[in-house]
Order: sequence, then C-alpha cells, then structure tokens
Amino acid sequence: MNTAAFVVIAIFTLLGALAAATLPRLIHAALSLVVGFVGLAAFYILLGAEFVGLVQIFVYVGAVAVLIVFTILLTRREATERDPFNWLGAIVALAVFGGLLWTISHSDFVWQAHVPNQDLTVRRIGDALMTAYIWPLLCVGVLLTAAMIGALILVYEEK
Amino acid sequence: MPGEALDQIFVRAKGSILSLLSGAPEWLVQIVSALISITALLVVFPGLFALISVLERKILGRFQNRYGPNRVGPFGLLQPLADGIKMLIKEDVVPTRADKTMHFIAPIMMLIPALLALSVIPYGRNMTPFAIDAGILFLFAVGSTTELAVFMAGWGSNNKFSMLGAMRAIAQMVSYELPLIITVLPVVMIVGSLSGDAIVAAQDGYHFGIIPRWFVTTPWGATAFLLFFASGLVESNRTPFDVPEGESEIVAGHMTEYSGFKYAIFFMAEYLGMFAISGLGVTLFLGGWHAPIKALEIIPSYIWFFAKLSVLLFVFIWIRGTLPRTRIDHIMNFAWKFMLPMSFACVLAAALWHFQAGGLRGWLWSFALIAVIYAGLSRLLQTGRRFAPRTYRFAE
Repeated sequence: MNTAAFVVIAIFTLLGALAAATLPRLIHAALSLVVGFVGLAAFYILLGAEFVGLVQIFVYVGAVAVLIVFTILLTRREATERDPFNWLGAIVALAVFGGLLWTISHSDFVWQAHVPNQDLTVRRIGDALMTAYIWPLLCVGVLLTAAMIGALILVYEEK
Repeated sequence: MPGEALDQIFVRAKGSILSLLSGAPEWLVQIVSALISITALLVVFPGLFALISVLERKILGRFQNRYGPNRVGPFGLLQPLADGIKMLIKEDVVPTRADKTMHFIAPIMMLIPALLALSVIPYGRNMTPFAIDAGILFLFAVGSTTELAVFMAGWGSNNKFSMLGAMRAIAQMVSYELPLIITVLPVVMIVGSLSGDAIVAAQDGYHFGIIPRWFVTTPWGATAFLLFFASGLVESNRTPFDVPEGESEIVAGHMTEYSGFKYAIFFMAEYLGMFAISGLGVTLFLGGWHAPIKALEIIPSYIWFFAKLSVLLFVFIWIRGTLPRTRIDHIMNFAWKFMLPMSFACVLAAALWHFQAGGLRGWLWSFALIAVIYAGLSRLLQTGRRFAPRTYRFAE
C-alpha cells in the first residue's frame, strides 16, 4: 500500500515539477509548481512527518505560491515568444542535482535506518524547539525580522 | 450515564456497519470507515447549507420588514430545491478569452479546502471524522489554499472586475489570517495540543459548579473569541467585510464571470467555509459539544454542538442585516493596527493566566493586562480628527 502511494505521489509531484519548468505561460507554470509543493507535503505525511507536511502546505501553498503569483501579476506583461533553450541553466541545474545526489548518498545519516521510537507529535516538536534548539530558532527569528524590515526600508517612500 | 445510547447512536451505527466487514483485510475496513465519515459530512453540511440559504433570506427579510421567500413549499422551505434545479439547468457561460482550464478548476479548488476543513472538527463525543494530532493546523493549512483558488477564479476569467475582486479578496484574507491564527494560539498554549478532541476535553467541567469551563469565560478567551469572530467574518467574505464582491462597484468580484452551477459551487464553498470557521470557534472557545449546565448533559452532545453552531451562524446573518460595508483601507488599517496587537495581548494574557494557575488571581491579572493594552491602543489610534459638517461643491 505504501509503495503504491509512493509511486502515485512521485508521478504526481514529478509531473507538477515538469509542467512548472516547461509550460509557456508563466502563471500556469507557477500554479503547476503548487502541484509539486502539494506532492512534497504528501511525501512528508506518507513518511509520518505529519507536522512538517502540514507546514509545507501552509507555508508553500498558502504563502509562497501566493507571493509568486502576485509577483508575476504585478511585474511583467505576458511574453509572447519563447526564450531559446538555455544551455547554461541546464548545466547549472544538472550540477546542483549531481552535487546534492553525491552528498546525500555519501552521508552516513541516510543509510542508518533511523526510525523514531515514539510518535512524532506536535508536542514533542514544540518541546525540542523550545529547549534543545532554542538558539537556532531565535537566530532564524532575528534573520526573518531583519529581512522583513529590510524589505520595508527598500520600498519606503520618504514623505 | 443516561441518554448515552442516544448520544452514541451515530458512533454505534458506524461500528455496526464496520462489524459486517469483520474478517476483511484491514485496509478495506479503513477505506470503508473513511467513506462512511465522508458520506456523513457530504450529507450533513450541504443539507445545512440549503437550510441556511433559505433561513438567511427569511431572517434578512424580517430585518428589512418584508416576508422573504414564502412561495415554494411550506414557509418557503423548499426554496433551496427550486434554486438548485434553476442553477443546474442554467447555461454555463465561459468567456471566449478566458483561461478555460483555470476558469474550470477554480470552483473545485474552492470547494475542496472547505470540505477538508470541516473534517477535523469534533461534532460530538467520539465524533471527529478525521482525528489527527495536528487537527487545528490541518484546518488552517487547507484553509490557506483558498487564496489560490480565488486568484485562479479572478485571473482565469480575464475580466477587470474579476481581477480586482480577487486582489481585494486575497489582500484581506492574507491580512486577517494572521490575527485569526494568533487568536487560536492562547487556546493551544493552555491546552498544550493542536487536536480538536483535546481542546474540547480541556473545557470539561464547571467553575463553582455552575459556570462552564469554556475558554470564553476567561478574559483572554473572551477577547480572543471576539477577535477570532471578526477575522472569521473577513475570511468568509461576509458583510461588513464583503468588499471583494462589492456588487455596487465591481459586480461580483472574482465570481463575475461564473454562471449556473459553477456559481452555485462558489456560493456553497463560501458557506461551507463559514461553517468551518464557526465550528472552529465553537470548538476552541465555546466548549465544543459540552452542555452549558450539568443538568442538561442528558441531551446528546452533537445537538449541543449544532445548537452553538446555529447561534454563531445567526450572528453572522444578524451582522449582515445590520452593518454597512467597510472601506478597504479601513479594513486593512483595522487588521494591522488593532487586531494584530490585540491578538498578541491575548497570548500574553493567556500566559499570565497560566502562570497564576488559573483561578481568580489569574482572571484578574489577565483582565487587567487586556484592559491596559486596549486602552493604550485606543489612545494611540485616536486620530483626533473632528468631523465638520460636509460641504458640497457641485451637488447644491
């Protein structure tokens, strides 16, 4: 059952990603990307990381996708002719993919089957974030606040 | 416990259907169990939608000193049936220059989150269709995808009114999602869980034997409930926050180019969203399916839930019949300058309450904190503008 679900979700996610990369109209590409995001969330839920999956939907579909769509809407007119195939982009993409694949397959972490002995409840995630990982959490908070203030300063008009 | 047979009648009915399958593989039982719950949701809520659509028109009629629908069936109660048939046989108009796929998918994308959101609410004792650990988060996660559906409807229609309406809808939904989520936070903090069942269980029992332990009876709970309700009004695009479909300016917003059954689906999705928000409000603040008085606990739990839900829905309709439409800049200012600080105040007050271990001292401390922040905000936000008599330059 899990294998069947994995195959279905994988096809779904890959089709979404492929459509996002190839569709001629930018807005369609952005919405296909959402299909990919949902597929990823389904993967997380399939792996038992329910919280991460829901946050993936919440942040990526609810916020990032809306942001992308709005950016497209506010910045550019619909391009009519298609750009020629970008070889440099393809090489960079392949290099990144290869690098990630090499790194992941050579890390010890992947090959030790690490099955959590307790259920991954939201309560445990919250406890871990508030005790063991409080410093990373605070740093991320400061970083995001700084980014937000920076964005505000960039668009602020002196009166 | 008296009345338990009646209380658990639906749970037992489902159990007896599933017991027919004993011996079948486990995955089959799981699928059948899910299908039964889905069927129940799909019967109850569209039915409630039909009922509410006619009741709303009748109640609004009362507010406006007229009868409302009273021709079809007794008291006009069969009106939704007539409306449904009318919507089904209407022509489905798709604009020639519309983005056909997006125009087609948008209503479906609108309905799915609303239905999914309804699945995690506890409707009665042991009656949560989809009981997961992060139920409240699930509701918000699927609810946040509605914005994309609205965008698809607006963009796909290729119409300036649709696009304007979609932009307005998304702007106000994004702004009010923040207060909506932050007002839920105090309850989650106090209960220490994101599951609807645990939140309802935490509101069991009575203070001094009479006052129910619902979170709305605490100062932070009452404030958070009011803020939550106002944000809920915005999220479901109801008056006074219905600028996205302000019919006097932009026809019907993102629904301008929809006709026939697609329009009906939009309409239904909007009401189902309203049910989900109200149901969440009942679960979080109004004690879920608990009875208000101990003596009334004989009445089945689901009846209590739906009674509270109907009260909230009536308030929705009441507000629609009473308040005029707000201007978009007022809505935005209200969100960022008042709602957001006040909802943070609720979080702080809940923390104080928890620190004092509840009780009278906790009650007083959190009340004082909220009162101070409210007074400070009111002073800060007072523009000091006096309203002079309006002078007309051209209309005299």
